[in-house]
Amino acid sequence: MAEPGSSTAAAGDGGGRLRNAFGGVLCAFTLLLIGVLAFSIRLFSVIKYESVIHEFDPYFNFRVTQFLSKNGIYEFWNWFDDRTWYPLGRVIGGTVYPGLTLTAGTLWWLLNSLNIPLSVETVCVFTAPIFSANASWATYLLTKEAKGTGAGLMAATILAMVPSYISRSVAGSYDNEAVAIFALIFTFYLYVKTLNTGSLFYATLNALSYFYMVCSWGGYTFIINLIPMHVLLCIVTGRYSSRLYIAFAPLVILGTLLAALVPVVGFNAVMTSEHFASFLVFIILHVVALVYYIKGLLTPRLFKVAMTLVISVGLAVCFAVVAILIALVASSPTKGWSGRSLSLLDPTYASKYIPIIASVSEHQPPTWPSYFMDINVLAFLIPAGIISCFLPLSDASSFMVLYLVTAAYFSGVMVRLMLVLAPAACILSGIALSEAFNVLTRSIKCQLAKLFDDSPAASGDSSAESSSASTASTNSAKNENRSEKTKTIPKEKPSKNRKKEREVAESVPVKHKKEKKLLVLPMEASAMGILLLIVLGGFYVVHCVWAAAEAYSAPSIVLTSRSHDGLHVFDDFREAYAWLSHNTDVDDKVASWWDYGYQTTAMANRTVIVDNNTWNNTHIATVGTAMSSPEKVAWEIFNSLDVKYVLVVFGGLVGYPSDDINKFLWMVRIGGGVFPHIKEPDYLRDGNYRVDAQATPTMLNCLMYKLCYYRFVETDGKGFDRVRGYEIGKKHFKLTHFEEVFTTHHWMVRIYKLKPQKNRVRGKLKKLKSGSKTSSTIAAGRNKNPWQ
Amino acid sequence: MAPPPPPLLVAALLLFLVPFASASASAERADLVVTRADRRVDLTSHIVRVLTSLKVENIGPEAVSQVLLAFPNAQAKNLAAIRAFGTEGKVKGPSTVLPIEVVQPSGVPPELTFFSASLSKALEKGKTLHLDVLTVFTHSLQPFPEEITQAESQLVVYQDSAHYLSPYPVKVQTFSIRLPGGRVESYTKYPNTKLADSELKYGPFEDLPPFSYSPMVVHFENNNPFAVAKEVIREIEISHWGNVQITEHYNIAHGGAKLKGEFSRIDYQSRPYIRGVSSFRHLIARLPPRAHSIYYRDEIGNISTSHLWSDSKKTQLEVEPRFPLFGGWQTTFTIGYGLPLQDFVFNSDGKRSLNITFGSPMEEILIEKLIVKVVLPEGSMDIDVSVPFPTKQWQEVKYSHLDIAGRPVVVLEKPDVIPEHNLYFQVYYRFNNISLLREPMMLIIGFFLIFMACIVYMRTDMSISKNSPSYLAKVQWDEVQSIIQKILAIFEQCLAVHDKLEASLHDLSRSGDVQSCKATRKAADAQFKELAKELKPLLTSLQSSHQSYQIWLKVENLVAKERELQEKLMARHSTVVDSFEKKLRGQDVENRIATQQQKVAALRQEVESLLEYISEM
Repeated sequence: MAEPGSSTAAAGDGGGRLRNAFGGVLCAFTLLLIGVLAFSIRLFSVIKYESVIHEFDPYFNFRVTQFLSKNGIYEFWNWFDDRTWYPLGRVIGGTVYPGLTLTAGTLWWLLNSLNIPLSVETVCVFTAPIFSANASWATYLLTKEAKGTGAGLMAATILAMVPSYISRSVAGSYDNEAVAIFALIFTFYLYVKTLNTGSLFYATLNALSYFYMVCSWGGYTFIINLIPMHVLLCIVTGRYSSRLYIAFAPLVILGTLLAALVPVVGFNAVMTSEHFASFLVFIILHVVALVYYIKGLLTPRLFKVAMTLVISVGLAVCFAVVAILIALVASSPTKGWSGRSLSLLDPTYASKYIPIIASVSEHQPPTWPSYFMDINVLAFLIPAGIISCFLPLSDASSFMVLYLVTAAYFSGVMVRLMLVLAPAACILSGIALSEAFNVLTRSIKCQLAKLFDDSPAASGDSSAESSSASTASTNSAKNENRSEKTKTIPKEKPSKNRKKEREVAESVPVKHKKEKKLLVLPMEASAMGILLLIVLGGFYVVHCVWAAAEAYSAPSIVLTSRSHDGLHVFDDFREAYAWLSHNTDVDDKVASWWDYGYQTTAMANRTVIVDNNTWNNTHIATVGTAMSSPEKVAWEIFNSLDVKYVLVVFGGLVGYPSDDINKFLWMVRIGGGVFPHIKEPDYLRDGNYRVDAQATPTMLNCLMYKLCYYRFVETDGKGFDRVRGYEIGKKHFKLTHFEEVFTTHHWMVRIYKLKPQKNRVRGKLKKLKSGSKTSSTIAAGRNKNPWQ
Repeated sequence: MAPPPPPLLVAALLLFLVPFASASASAERADLVVTRADRRVDLTSHIVRVLTSLKVENIGPEAVSQVLLAFPNAQAKNLAAIRAFGTEGKVKGPSTVLPIEVVQPSGVPPELTFFSASLSKALEKGKTLHLDVLTVFTHSLQPFPEEITQAESQLVVYQDSAHYLSPYPVKVQTFSIRLPGGRVESYTKYPNTKLADSELKYGPFEDLPPFSYSPMVVHFENNNPFAVAKEVIREIEISHWGNVQITEHYNIAHGGAKLKGEFSRIDYQSRPYIRGVSSFRHLIARLPPRAHSIYYRDEIGNISTSHLWSDSKKTQLEVEPRFPLFGGWQTTFTIGYGLPLQDFVFNSDGKRSLNITFGSPMEEILIEKLIVKVVLPEGSMDIDVSVPFPTKQWQEVKYSHLDIAGRPVVVLEKPDVIPEHNLYFQVYYRFNNISLLREPMMLIIGFFLIFMACIVYMRTDMSISKNSPSYLAKVQWDEVQSIIQKILAIFEQCLAVHDKLEASLHDLSRSGDVQSCKATRKAADAQFKELAKELKPLLTSLQSSHQSYQIWLKVENLVAKERELQEKLMARHSTVVDSFEKKLRGQDVENRIATQQQKVAALRQEVESLLEYISEM
């Protein structure tokens, strides 16, 4: 509502209204195009590969969505999945963030009730692009609240194609983050909107949006910590207002109640330390509100007296409460924080205590190039954005800065959280770019106006100002930046401010004439500046398109390589899963490293021992132990788990680097963490995992080595491993307890079957002959096998 | 290697029964004699095709209108198709297809199944008839041994009777079996048996009584793909926008000897035709010409191993399942393609007809259960189906793309479908072309309504009561807003006038043109007066408004400050002009106005910040 008002002031009534209407339509159209851009830039994976679910976690989400669409919501909440974590199973309804699946399920249901026969898979594949479009619209709204329409459009455009977000939301990447980023930005928007308007309506919407975020992603704790931080910042900097109260208090109450409704969060919403900050700030806010209220009631002198009284009593109470809280928190070993949160606060925590979190590549700290890869030129624009947020500092813009700073910290801890940084980076760069364009185009406009006005010079300088405003539309049409037109008017505020500061500094009235429109740069400089900014934007667009098309479009279950004789497709994973699903019994159990658990249950529909939901460390350690044990012991472990088939991923033949041998160190480490007879040094030669001639005998005899390299030497006669780049250590060996039942075309997946138990008759005879000896071996076996 | 026990058992049973049957039944059918019977069995694929050429003579007194064909039940249950072509007379002329049905003549043993071929014209006494009977059997090649390793080739057993089993006496007969080549493990030897060049010959045998049966068994190597589809669902969807979309879901298994033990990729890759000879890795589909948009996928995504060749006569698609199929292995996949409408749907006097082949386009595939679904466009009526062989039929309704009433679906189900069933069948229906436009119209109207709703929403005042306090407050607030905007505009103009004054002073110091400076001053005075006049009503109306008490203070403040500023400016202006007229030195002028200057600057700043504050409210 601010724009129409101020523009009528600048240019007459009728013309201004028309221009506003035109600007509104243009803005809506631009937003539509931004949505289309955000959607279509994510379709490279479908065009280059196919419409298929990507990677690991999306397969689980897809499977849950399938279940949901088939059995309905009640069955979904009560779903106990017995096809995973055999023999424990997993309560899916209570351990999953349901936002994504419910969203896609609703979308699917809606389409099908309109008789548009899209499969669940198609809906799942395109959920992420659709929500990216939503996210860029939410970014527009958020930035608009802080810095006006122009910056909003700019930020939305930048977010629509920021590589960091694309990496998580290409078509097929059906993961929680896809909808969560939208929910995150939208929640922030509603918070800022409430802060600006003080409307309870938006405060309620904010709580609902927060609820959606809680449903969607564990990252909701970021919101529930960032908003209190901002509230605290506002209080400390003396920006307390009733609007702030309305923005925060309903969010804490409603939001916490709603969050507790999500089964996976439940009472954590009030019990864990992640949520503590919001309650603390809630109390502080009330104290502050009370103080302000009393201040309004009392005279200043009385107030001072009351103040001293309250502070002395209040401090005592506070100390008591804090002491109790600290005692409570300290009594829990992790200080009330979950492992993942702790590893955020202390980046070395995971590698020390939870190898399973540290083993995931996306939980590693990022490298500098990954910043350049993921946010590209935005990294250089952010500082400018921060500066312009301080000119003038409003509630909204201080929130942006705070968001950026915290997100930048978290992204430095985990690669994965780069995703949270991306929207902040986009918003601030959007603000920076829009400010820059604003200043530059306005200077050009003024210069042009002066050029035109010098010759007629009839109406004098003052009318030149107004005429320059009316010629704004014609001039700005020349600029590449479409958003320019809609934002010319609101943008004058900060520039005036800047002007004021300059005036204070110099206070030379001689310059007045030029100061009317301050920062009027020379024509050439501003034209040059615009050109350079456009080139910068061009680089960004090129980079984004490249990233979307090349870097992030691969579904990772299908690999391609381009060689001189054309495109080569490696579709081994699906080959293996299809084989499993059609040629094994439906209740057979398949053991593999946990990475492939979700895919096996979703694509092969077979029961797995462990999967990517790493909730039971012991179970994973058992599989790790089996993989790093000799064949016989491994057979016993697997047999005790009722496993029929063992699946290993092997890249040595075609040079696929993320195979099980490269992940082997984590199997040893995690296995050894629970079962101490697995000792990491036994597998290391000079501190390295090696499988060549220098490898340790333990390594060369472990199950993983044998299953990967069984008969590998016959391919080229030497056993040259293309990933490791050397010949393997032990070339000729036979399997006694396992048999190869399937190996895919490029050997990337190998499936072995546990041989049935030997006939017991001979063993019994032996036992009769030498009872003591066998019993001792069994006892030895028992030590090694945790499941007996 | 000995033949497996079950076939022997069956043969023995039959042998035991045959004399009894012939004794009781022969009398009834004695008036026909088969003068010559030649049987040729093709065992090259897993579908067994038997072509029997009979020369039948009527020696009885009466004309005969049907010829009986007998099969042991064990064979008859595997019979997928039987066709008979009859030609009367000595010379082979154009043959006619004879209708065939199952009959149950009295006094025949229950172990035999009889088919009767009805002749188009009764066979007169003494006349001869050439009868060609094509019978196709499925599941007739038993793998033996039933489980083989990867490297072994597949051996199968075929059993039949060396003598032609007929309710009529047979004078001369021969029997030949074409084998696929390769090893022949064993075969039943009768006196005149010959094995030459993968062809096994029995006979000729002469003058055999009715129901002669002498079991024979051949055990041989057959590595041709035993592609058996457990179920195929073939959906034919007609769109009158110009496309016939065909989607076929296959569930295919290797029906031969099961794989025993390991599957070793290295063996399979290094010598695929030795280690893995019994497996098959691809299937060939012959699609109609001009098939387009062909895809090949399964439930977990696209399958990239397929090849396509097309010319004007056919489109050939080679599909390779994700993994080679060994005995007992199975897989599922879907192929789909579009066909031009005008090639398959014809329009004759208001009635449309779809004319398309029934079976699957795959070569040499046995389909144990084929379900053909013909999805007609929404609004089709008077549906009529004609299929050249018996099928189970029913109708369904399918809801697809924005349907309201649903599309009628004709479902045809048939077990044991073989390539011989790939015949054309017809679906007749009535369809009005206007119905085509229904869905686009629905979309257009839908979008139109959405836009209309938007327009109405934007244009109408949705507030419930015009007297409610909040509504009134809003109206008042809007008024206040507009007044404030106007006031702000006036102040902007004032400031502009200030600037002009400043500029005139500046000019004065440069050019010394006092007159023009005075003129400017005069103009400025006039403008100020005018602006003040404009301002007055606005201020009064603002003051009277309830909503503006907060702003009013500021505005009042602003007005006062501005007035002060104006006065100071004027004073300074007059001072400067005055001193100029007195020809004072520039330095003195500066000194005189220095304090004023500072005040002016400070005031101006205050005014501007006030302006900004108000505009932000």
